[in-house]
Amino acid sequence: MSADEQEQDETHRAPVPSAHQQPVTVTTGKQRQLSRRRFLGAAASGVGLAAVGSVGGALISRSAPSAAAPSHRDTGSAQTGATAAHQWAMVIDLRYCNGCKACTTACERYHYLHQDQTWIHVFTMQSESGEQYYMPRPCMMCEDPACVPVCPVSANFRTAEGLVLVTQQRCVGTRICMNACPYQARYFNWSAPVPAPRQPFPQEPAWPVPQVEGTVGKCVFCAAMLPSGRIPECASYCPMGVIYMGDLESDIAVNGIGNVVTLSKFLTENTAIRFKTTFGTHPRVWYITGHGQTLDTDKEVA
Amino acid sequence: MSSRVEPLHSPQQDWRPGILEPVEETTDSEAPPPAIETVRSAAMRPILVRPKWFWPAVGALSAVVALGFSAWIVQLRTGLGSAGYNNQAFWAIYEANLVTFIGVSYGGAVVSAILRITKTTWRAPLTRIAEATALVTLPIGMLFIVPHLGSSWKLWELIWPPYWNLSSPILWDFFAVSTYLLATCVFFYLPLIADLSIGADRLARLQTSPGRKLLYRAYRVLAGNYNGSLSQRRLLAGAIGLVAIMVIPMAVSVHSVLSFAFASSSRPGYLETIFPVYFVVAALYSGVALVVVVVAGARRLFHLEAFIERRHLVRLGFIMVALGAAYLYLTFTEYLIDSYSNTTGNAAWVYQTLLGRYWMPFWFYFVAGGLVPILIFMFRRTRNATGVVTAAGLVLAAMWVKRLVIVIPPATEPLVRSPFGPTGALGLGWGTYHFTWVSISITVAMAAAIPLLLLIVFRLVPILPVAEMEELAAAAERAETTTTTKAAGPVVRLHAGGGAPVSALDHGETQGDDDDE
Repeated sequence: MSADEQEQDETHRAPVPSAHQQPVTVTTGKQRQLSRRRFLGAAASGVGLAAVGSVGGALISRSAPSAAAPSHRDTGSAQTGATAAHQWAMVIDLRYCNGCKACTTACERYHYLHQDQTWIHVFTMQSESGEQYYMPRPCMMCEDPACVPVCPVSANFRTAEGLVLVTQQRCVGTRICMNACPYQARYFNWSAPVPAPRQPFPQEPAWPVPQVEGTVGKCVFCAAMLPSGRIPECASYCPMGVIYMGDLESDIAVNGIGNVVTLSKFLTENTAIRFKTTFGTHPRVWYITGHGQTLDTDKEVA
Repeated sequence: MSSRVEPLHSPQQDWRPGILEPVEETTDSEAPPPAIETVRSAAMRPILVRPKWFWPAVGALSAVVALGFSAWIVQLRTGLGSAGYNNQAFWAIYEANLVTFIGVSYGGAVVSAILRITKTTWRAPLTRIAEATALVTLPIGMLFIVPHLGSSWKLWELIWPPYWNLSSPILWDFFAVSTYLLATCVFFYLPLIADLSIGADRLARLQTSPGRKLLYRAYRVLAGNYNGSLSQRRLLAGAIGLVAIMVIPMAVSVHSVLSFAFASSSRPGYLETIFPVYFVVAALYSGVALVVVVVAGARRLFHLEAFIERRHLVRLGFIMVALGAAYLYLTFTEYLIDSYSNTTGNAAWVYQTLLGRYWMPFWFYFVAGGLVPILIFMFRRTRNATGVVTAAGLVLAAMWVKRLVIVIPPATEPLVRSPFGPTGALGLGWGTYHFTWVSISITVAMAAAIPLLLLIVFRLVPILPVAEMEELAAAAERAETTTTTKAAGPVVRLHAGGGAPVSALDHGETQGDDDDE
């Protein structure tokens, strides 16, 4: 197949769940001011291409696609400008969380994880009035993830659908992404993983079962389930209906007890906030608070 | 180099008449060196005369290295968790060791490159030892990447360009350290060429065993066609000068980039703009300390007292203490300024490091690595060779501990926590790194590999830079004959015992330390 044909093939291909595609190193298409990591990415590609003598060209080529990208509210579409069919997001309604940790258990069972690998971790927090509340923390699926640009072997990537995934077959285990993540959402396989009786073949970042020893694993929003219309295990198994899986494109969110909401309306009406927005990561996980608590964040109305 | 240099030796030129050569048996070790010894003989003595302690020392150190190797096998089989790591202490001892061991290789750059560029002549007898130390410690430090990685068997991916992510500081580390290793090898080899040529002439007549024959061949090959002619020496001197200049920015870049791996995150305690400078000064400091220890050891073990004097150690000590003061200042700056930022993360980190769960290692560094070396140098009574070596030993230990204090507290700090309520009571608590026999064994084995490899290197290459010392001595001699003043005396001793060599080191501030052992 010639290069032209291949390109044509690429353009005509229907949007597929891009978790199955080759990793894309930095994919931020959202319109916003120059952030630190974007600057670093541009600088790094500048350094790389300076070797072949075109610094200016690198900077232009780096910034041009994002300028041409469609101005969507929260699209994390790939830097090619193509819009994916879905933009996955999660809403966690803290008002109803009773801290039962059914989400953690379901996640660990489904992904065959060790007890300490709490991909969705339920933190016990204290509100300003001294009241205890519970806060589940999955991967935030940041639009500008801190973990992706630091990986030396490009094992972290962000899909066109806004999922941040790890290619565990490539991860060498430097753990610099664990250093970078402000949410401590990354977990390492310090010993042999829990054996899994049923294994996907070939292994893919969207369905990291079983885990690979000596590599980093994290919440994947159960990416392999999403294309078939199923919601993640944590959402399915939450008896309180705390966790909503949503799609920013179709503007719908669903929880495990059958509530279906209009995502944008749901977020606005309940004054949803995001965790640690000061870090500039632009998480795709929203929290609905009800205890007067703050989440170590500037209040950001979605 | 100046055009006044003259050829000092050639393959045809025999040893100077009237100078005794050392005994050639390979068993004698306890006998003192000959009463009158040239630098040529002394430099080759560790190669030709095997000390009695050599094989026992090599055996003991190899046993320690073997223990570390077996610990690494255990780690490979059971996972990185066996080294004491967990999700809330994801970086700890190996990362601190990586920084420490690459850091101590900086002594070679200081003594050899910086003092060479500044035309400091007294460093001449120390250069080979310092460069060998750098050559040995740098690969050992790099080797810590292997236990550090969770999947060390995928190490090849770092040299596989399609996988490279150029925005990753770890990749920059890899490039910087590899380049520096190459430069260190070149910087070790270039000044060695002339000495290998001289040594080959000497070995030519002493090919008594297969090992000697092999060594002779290796010397001949590595020395190339060097014959000490004026043009060759000029070319070599130019190359050495150029590499000396290139090595310094490379050394600075290595530790700067190492610090980027920590600093390029939002983690309190890692996100510090002071880190590159902080790391570079720490590396220079501990590097000079290691050179002091190695020079003192080599001087004693290989009987080089005639060429490396106690004053050399004191001089190195001054450099070490100056760097130590600089590092103390940077430490003070870092914690002072951070203690003013009262954000949850920063306040907790500063508190836990200085007064909380990490107070002991921090203040150990402060006393043993910060204050004591300076105190030792403040008083004339203690400002001598013994004091310097003591201080250097303390500095090496304290700087390793300091690296642990730099690496571990931020890595164990909880980032998801309740903004209210008692610290650590809710949300995520502080993590704990557990020292295990696996990680300790690997660390001790790597530390034991330094003297092991140094002993082997010193039995393979001339321990003193013969050609350079002779050249400096000749230059000084010429200066003495052409000028009436005695300002520029010989700076390097070429003879032990015979006559009373005048040394530039005789002047000045270090009077208390020239008593014999």
